[in-house]
Amino acid sequence: MSSGTLYDKVWDLHRVAELPGGSTQLFVGLHLIHEVTSPQAFAALNDKGLTVRCPERTVATVDHIVPTTSQQRPFADPLAEEMLSTLERNCLENGIALNNIGSGRQGIVHVIAPELGLTQPGMTVACGDSHTSTHGAFGAIAFGIGTSQVRDVLASQSLAMNKLKVRRILVNGRLSEAVTAKDLILHVIRTLGVKGGVGHAYEFAGSAIEALSMEERMTLCNMAIEGGARCGYVNPDQVTFDYLEGRPHVPAGDAWKRAVRWWRSLASDADAVVDDEVVFDAAAITPTVTWGITPGQGLGIEESIPGLDALDPGDRPIAEEAYRYMDLQPGTPIAGVPVDVCFIGSCTNGRLSDLRAAAAVARGRQVADGIKAFVVPGSEQVAQAAEAEGLDQVFRTAGFEWREPGCSMCLAMNPDRLEGRQISASSSNRNFKGRQGSASGRTLLMSPAMVAAAAVHGRVTDVRTLPLHPAS
Amino acid sequence: MTSFPNGAIPQVNGTALVVKGEDIDTDRIIPARFLKCVSFDALGDQVFADDRKELKGSHPFDQARFQGASILVVNGNFGCGSSREHAPQALMRWGIRAVVGVSFAEIFYGNCLALGIPCATSTPDQIEAIQGAVEADPAAVWCLDLSSPELQSPAGQWPVTIEPGPLDMLRSGRWDATSQLLDHSDQVQGLIDSLPYLNNFAAR
Repeated sequence: MSSGTLYDKVWDLHRVAELPGGSTQLFVGLHLIHEVTSPQAFAALNDKGLTVRCPERTVATVDHIVPTTSQQRPFADPLAEEMLSTLERNCLENGIALNNIGSGRQGIVHVIAPELGLTQPGMTVACGDSHTSTHGAFGAIAFGIGTSQVRDVLASQSLAMNKLKVRRILVNGRLSEAVTAKDLILHVIRTLGVKGGVGHAYEFAGSAIEALSMEERMTLCNMAIEGGARCGYVNPDQVTFDYLEGRPHVPAGDAWKRAVRWWRSLASDADAVVDDEVVFDAAAITPTVTWGITPGQGLGIEESIPGLDALDPGDRPIAEEAYRYMDLQPGTPIAGVPVDVCFIGSCTNGRLSDLRAAAAVARGRQVADGIKAFVVPGSEQVAQAAEAEGLDQVFRTAGFEWREPGCSMCLAMNPDRLEGRQISASSSNRNFKGRQGSASGRTLLMSPAMVAAAAVHGRVTDVRTLPLHPAS
Repeated sequence: MTSFPNGAIPQVNGTALVVKGEDIDTDRIIPARFLKCVSFDALGDQVFADDRKELKGSHPFDQARFQGASILVVNGNFGCGSSREHAPQALMRWGIRAVVGVSFAEIFYGNCLALGIPCATSTPDQIEAIQGAVEADPAAVWCLDLSSPELQSPAGQWPVTIEPGPLDMLRSGRWDATSQLLDHSDQVQGLIDSLPYLNNFAAR
């Protein structure tokens, strides 16, 4: 059993009570809500005659269903309009702050909460969205929940939970040039499997992790859930504090000093005990791309699609399904696989540094003929910052579409979707069958720079073969 | 269809159906386009919509022999991916009242528990045997008995595992957690008054 880790400390701080049967009632410090998983929770709350316990610890935005072309109200899609109207009404009736379209603060929930300084070290963060693990980048314990649990958090600001084991993912050394946090997490999931993390929180540690920026740490923790770990986290350090200082919901002055002192004390102790540890060598990781129908089916860019004999017996049936569904055969090099659509965005890779990395590839180049390529900033703030440094123009000049913020084609709940058998190069997080809006559509996951490289060549391309053109 | 789970759940009785495959994610159980709704009511017809379309009537949820089933038997990491409660809601509204498999993704497991749907696990060999028995006699009535816990059928009995906490919640009827969470309102207030980040980081 773990002890002395950040996970243990934050868990203990938020324990309300032990429940009959062995679960723990855990206090939720920050509850984030959005339009897809909250309407039924508010309805259930009303049915039970309950009210929202802590509206001031509940923060809403709209992201999944928003169109990225025109965000004029009412939306063209009446179902999307009904979902946003319902959220607006629920927030108004319950005194919950809604970061709505046009407020300058709207965006993907896992992009806006960090940029507003809402997410802080030592908090418990819950949201009806599995990618809530993102917020662990700050040294928070953050996890996705279902709608019944959203109802419970609204009613009681707490949840019935079972404590997880802690696995340390120790990444030594430094990532090579052009190898990103996305490549790192795809490599971890490929190595440990999509169910390897079930029952665990992943503590990401080691020199390669310490060297990551906050936005890179968010990418890393975002996809912990794709490895089966309900939460992932990085211990807070100076990188964390530098990111937070001066943001709207972060304290200033003496309170800031007290906050930093407290946050430092929450990091895992030098002699903390973890349940197990897996060691990776950062230098051995190359740009990584998925070829199949789970995020664990990843390959280094120099590799070929594996034959069944190269796989564990347990992984063979889903590999066979992936060969059929993806129409990719064993022995085919992943580099060179043609794509139809290129998507840059999502809660995984829709932040300013992601757009800069993609723009450095796109600058001075053209999207290949016949390729649809588009960029969806993660939030209104990201869009504004990117436009201020001219990234929108770089993308437009190169033939990419520049869109309004939202979840977009990560899960295609808005009009952005694959058609038929189209195959995408996507900076998102899931390559499940049908994920991007076509029941037979196909997804190759990769970093934003790799998506940009795929866009200009029309096929999967090792970004390291393209000279970069960073902003002059 | 029987009514939705309510109160103590000593056992789940009914015929069973088998959906084979590792890592069946919640996007497959209920594709995202069906999440555009403000109530769960219509989801029963949409469960596994794209997989069923692809298999043109031969998906287990479409096979005549499995209609009316209450117990779903699956393989490993069932329900991985998105946290959408729409997935267990869709299964429940189709008629599923219990799921048995090798392992479950955590968020899916918690969502099922919140609806009063037990998720029981067993070894890969045992699950294979159970799946074989269901397919050999799809009309057989099974019982997931939570007192043992054990899965029983005319073909035999298989011990299954349900975590002690969830097992207690299901057997006692406390799986609907809201009321017991509200019982500790004072302790919640205590944390609101003492957690540093809710109190301007004042030294305690």
